[in-house]
Amino acid sequence: MIGQLTKGERQLALVILIFLGLVGLAMAAGGRHDPLGAHGALVIVCALAGLMAVIAAYFDPEPDPERLDRYYDDPSKIGIVIAMIWVVVGLFVGDWVAWLLVNPDLTFDAGWASFGRLRPVHTTSVIFGFGGNALIATSFYVMQRTSRARLPDQLSPLFVLFGYNVFCLLAVSGYLIGVTQSKEYAEPEWYADIWLVIVWVTYLVLYLRTLARRKEPHIYVANWYYLAFIVVVAMLHIVNNLAVPVSLGHAKSYSLFAGVQDAMTEWWYGHNAVAFFLTAGFLGMMYYYLPVRAGRPIFSYRLSIISFWGITFFYMWAGSHHLHYTALPQWVQTLGMTFSLMLLVPSWASATNALLTLNGAWHKVRDDATLRFMMVAAVFYGLTTFEGSFMAIRPVNSLSHYTDWTIGHVHAGALGWVAMITFGSIYASVPWLWKRESMYSPRLVEAHFWLALTGTIVYVMAMWNSGIVQGLMWRTYDDSGTLAYSFLDTVIAMHPYYIARAVGGLLFLIGALIGCYNIWMTIRGVPSAAPRVATDTAAESPVAVPAGAAAFRSGE
Amino acid sequence: MTIYHDTLVWLAKSAGLFYLMGLSLIVLIYTYWPSNKKRFNEAAETIFQDEDKPCR
Repeated sequence: MIGQLTKGERQLALVILIFLGLVGLAMAAGGRHDPLGAHGALVIVCALAGLMAVIAAYFDPEPDPERLDRYYDDPSKIGIVIAMIWVVVGLFVGDWVAWLLVNPDLTFDAGWASFGRLRPVHTTSVIFGFGGNALIATSFYVMQRTSRARLPDQLSPLFVLFGYNVFCLLAVSGYLIGVTQSKEYAEPEWYADIWLVIVWVTYLVLYLRTLARRKEPHIYVANWYYLAFIVVVAMLHIVNNLAVPVSLGHAKSYSLFAGVQDAMTEWWYGHNAVAFFLTAGFLGMMYYYLPVRAGRPIFSYRLSIISFWGITFFYMWAGSHHLHYTALPQWVQTLGMTFSLMLLVPSWASATNALLTLNGAWHKVRDDATLRFMMVAAVFYGLTTFEGSFMAIRPVNSLSHYTDWTIGHVHAGALGWVAMITFGSIYASVPWLWKRESMYSPRLVEAHFWLALTGTIVYVMAMWNSGIVQGLMWRTYDDSGTLAYSFLDTVIAMHPYYIARAVGGLLFLIGALIGCYNIWMTIRGVPSAAPRVATDTAAESPVAVPAGAAAFRSGE
Repeated sequence: MTIYHDTLVWLAKSAGLFYLMGLSLIVLIYTYWPSNKKRFNEAAETIFQDEDKPCR
């Protein structure tokens, strides 16, 4: 890894790491009576680990000039491995909190293990740890291939990748010791937020520098989605996290916004995090990996452009549907509801475009679990965006809001769409990146697929039932006009669904563990014991793709 | 300067409406402009490459 850096880049890496270490030292000293001190120590440890890695390889020979004839894939490889570690952590903690709702004693009387602290560990690990690393890793892969240009330097991709993971570590460790600004999906405090801005701007500049070197005159649509993800997340992150710290020696800060303005800013951020982190970025992944894996160009390139602008400009106004029946002015609620309904058009255009691309390649979907991951992801994307638009309608929201229906909706999107498209893309990339003929075991990919699909369906069905039961019980009145059920009655009614949900989550976690094993064995280059299906081998190699694609089109 | 609620509502209902209608129109014209067809079809094919190495 460090061997790929030039002498100058190794020196720059040392300077950056020493600076980071000094910042950590200042945080540890200034915040010694505060949780900020513990985070200072964590930053120092990260900087020291980086310094040791650079120093150990400092006098290694300079990288071979022939490297410039190859794509720079080290950051993608490292990113995929880190993403798989985060997904196991995130799913494990997620399943833990699911069992915590079944049996509240599973906190073991420890403050850090309470639901309120573990839940953000789960959401941050899966969204930012798993999703974010997968997006960074695949974006490096896709931008180089679609631009036919190598990344402009060797250091900044590693800075982006490791810097981003330092942010994730600060976030997750902070929740356990009680550091949070209590904004959903934006919990990390001011110092972690400032660090993420530095990393994110570097990421944007790196992406633009690579695109500036491109050979292809037209920028392929996947890059538009990845760029929208990077630009908008920067904008959302900065505005929603505007805050003033108590002092430079304190972790706590106070938001610039208050009252209903704060709620609106938070949900403008929150819903656009769904839109641009969990949708636009992963659509970028889909628009590259699905056509390549299927060996067919996207069904309609024009439709992909219309969807792009629709998603980019409609999503921006949809956030207020999270605040129906609140102090937010009625017309702003209606605005959010209307835009959420309009969003169905570009969302279904993308889902349909993906599924129609598979016309003529359905036999591959049958035989190849990797492509099937992507196909099911597109189906769940279509289902979830329909459900989302429906739930944004005010009277529907009066039944669904604050119930488990919302949790079911989120997980149909997160497990069914985001995780499925990511696993599909990772299974496609791993053999390409490590120059293997195929994954270690296509049968284990099959096993992962069925566990993931079953887990998602069990989870979502349980939460739909639970949510609607809960919502109906909350609004049932008896003859005298008083509520028929107490809150405790609804909790007891949800208990069986909570067990089902936790079991569904467990199946999903087991699938991910199988995926880790399979990826690890592929990286190590262990030949598979299972007989290989002929179609798998053909589909695994990117070189074989154009031939297959040409064969299909000549028959049309 | 105080921005009044009514001013914002007026702005959203007038300028906001025409901004989005205009934007949709521009996107549709760009997408369906006849001379762009060739470029888009070529773009859709660019992801299928014979060799996995950069041009620069």
